[in-house]
Amino acid sequence: MTMETRRLRRTRYTARLLALTFGAVVLILPFAYMVSTSFKPNILAFDWPPRLIPDHPTLDNYVQAWTANNFGRYFLNSALVACSTTVLTVLGAALAAYAFARFTFPGRTLLFWTMMLGLMVPGVVILIPQFLVAHTLGLTDSLSGLVFFYVGGGVAFNTFLLRGFFERIPGELDESMRIDGAGTMRRFAALYLPMSRPALATSAIFAFLGAWDEYSWAMTVINDPAKNTLPLAIAQFQGAHSTSWGLVFAASLIGMAPVILIYVLGQRHFISGLTSGALKS
Amino acid sequence: MSTVSTVLRRDSAGARDAAGPGGTRAPRRRRPVRAGRLTPYLLLAPALVLFAIVILIPVVKAVQVSLYEWSPIPGADNTFVGADNYLKAFGDHEFGRDVVNATVYMLVTVPGQIVVGLAVALLLYSRLPGRTLFRVLFYLPVVTSWVVVSLLFRYLFSDEGALNWFLVDVLGVADHPVGWLGSRWTAMVALCTLGIWKGIGWTAVILLAGLQGVPVEHQEAAAVDGAGYLRRVWHVVLPALRRSLLFVTVLLGIGGFQAFIQVLLLTQGGPAGETEMPLTYLYRQAFDYLDFGYGSALAVLMTVVVLAVSVAQTLVFNRLDRGAA
Repeated sequence: MTMETRRLRRTRYTARLLALTFGAVVLILPFAYMVSTSFKPNILAFDWPPRLIPDHPTLDNYVQAWTANNFGRYFLNSALVACSTTVLTVLGAALAAYAFARFTFPGRTLLFWTMMLGLMVPGVVILIPQFLVAHTLGLTDSLSGLVFFYVGGGVAFNTFLLRGFFERIPGELDESMRIDGAGTMRRFAALYLPMSRPALATSAIFAFLGAWDEYSWAMTVINDPAKNTLPLAIAQFQGAHSTSWGLVFAASLIGMAPVILIYVLGQRHFISGLTSGALKS
Repeated sequence: MSTVSTVLRRDSAGARDAAGPGGTRAPRRRRPVRAGRLTPYLLLAPALVLFAIVILIPVVKAVQVSLYEWSPIPGADNTFVGADNYLKAFGDHEFGRDVVNATVYMLVTVPGQIVVGLAVALLLYSRLPGRTLFRVLFYLPVVTSWVVVSLLFRYLFSDEGALNWFLVDVLGVADHPVGWLGSRWTAMVALCTLGIWKGIGWTAVILLAGLQGVPVEHQEAAAVDGAGYLRRVWHVVLPALRRSLLFVTVLLGIGGFQAFIQVLLLTQGGPAGETEMPLTYLYRQAFDYLDFGYGSALAVLMTVVVLAVSVAQTLVFNRLDRGAA
């Protein structure tokens, strides 16, 4: 390699790194400013010029969000709803995926494609009839009603995801276990579940994040303030204290913490779940 | 190939090893096992029942309700009105304005996300220090909930907000603060900026996965031929990315037409309803004015439009495909 090409290479490399850094800074700046505002006393939320590093940082907003506004309750509600949704979605989808992947039965293709068609129905569009159904079943204004609808809404996608995985588990393993006398559920618990841990993790992450951040449905069915989830509480914070941006952002950041934690820890599963859909189509 | 399938291949190889010699000697039978006749149905039951109640029945119900003058008030008469709700939609100027808003939003945010997302994907494509860190940073807006980012942009775009300070005091392109949320098109600028900013990371990750499938030899051959970087991207990379681009365009298009939370929380449909979008409008019809029939008719129309748009996009890309071949 000549000196010249090497120098050219190094220039290009630096240019790329600079471009990426610039992009990342622009993208992250709004977050940085949000964090900064959450540590400012409220009168300084609109200081001009804005300061990224507050002069007198304070934890007041966090303390106030957590203690004075019932925020602990909302956090607990969200945690309960998101955890139940995760467990039930993954379990229901895994059982269904097992049936589709390893059994032949009349109606198998029809049922599978019905579920897949359900994936194409745009979400908020069926909100009105969903509300009527929830109303008839007495599932409005309750946390378990939320879980019911979150699981029903997410189970098709996760069945699709897990079926692909289960199908590739070698049939010989299933058969040898069967010859040893293992029943249907035993094979499910001792073979299919343990071998699909990466796929189950992907499923669980998506189910959890979906339920944790869900806003439109919760806004529609929850009336009782004691049953608010975090997104509802955060949005109402903005309405109720329209100038208390520090409080709104402190609340937002508390709500974001579990999401970021899961995202950073489960990055591999996250990306793989995302791209598997893309490459299938 | 996707990470999932690599993981899969690794796992099934591991499984075969674990099965030991006995496992490998067994005849390869991929035929699904026949168990008790009811077993598969019992396994499917929980998922199917929930799916039916939450998705299937509401889909059917949406069509039914759209043909009625339907009120959720107990005891109210629901009269069958046939296509009246649909006919009303075509004469509804407010809804027409909202369709225009959603179309503009889509026409700005979809290309915006793809151009920037593609640039990021190309920059991230080859080895760089801190590649994972960049990926995490670019993805941060994607994993943050719409509620939080919409409120954040409401703050940034407010009259005394940081954006106005930047434009007036730093760049000097405006001599006084802009009232972003005070008129229709400036408020649309705020909505579109948020839409692009939030979607860049997702677009980049999908396109990056697609780039991993571009044959390196093609690129190298083109480089040897002396083709410049941009020409190489245009003639070698983009054609190979067709499938990923189609997928991204269709999904972003569908998503763009369904803008909802960002409208509710960033502009609140304002000023005076001028930045409403079809979904926020039909939502208000149902839950503010309790006209469930009309709201459902609009919802059915939206679904048809969304499906038509995705079919149209697929057809256009297929034609391009044939043109390229």
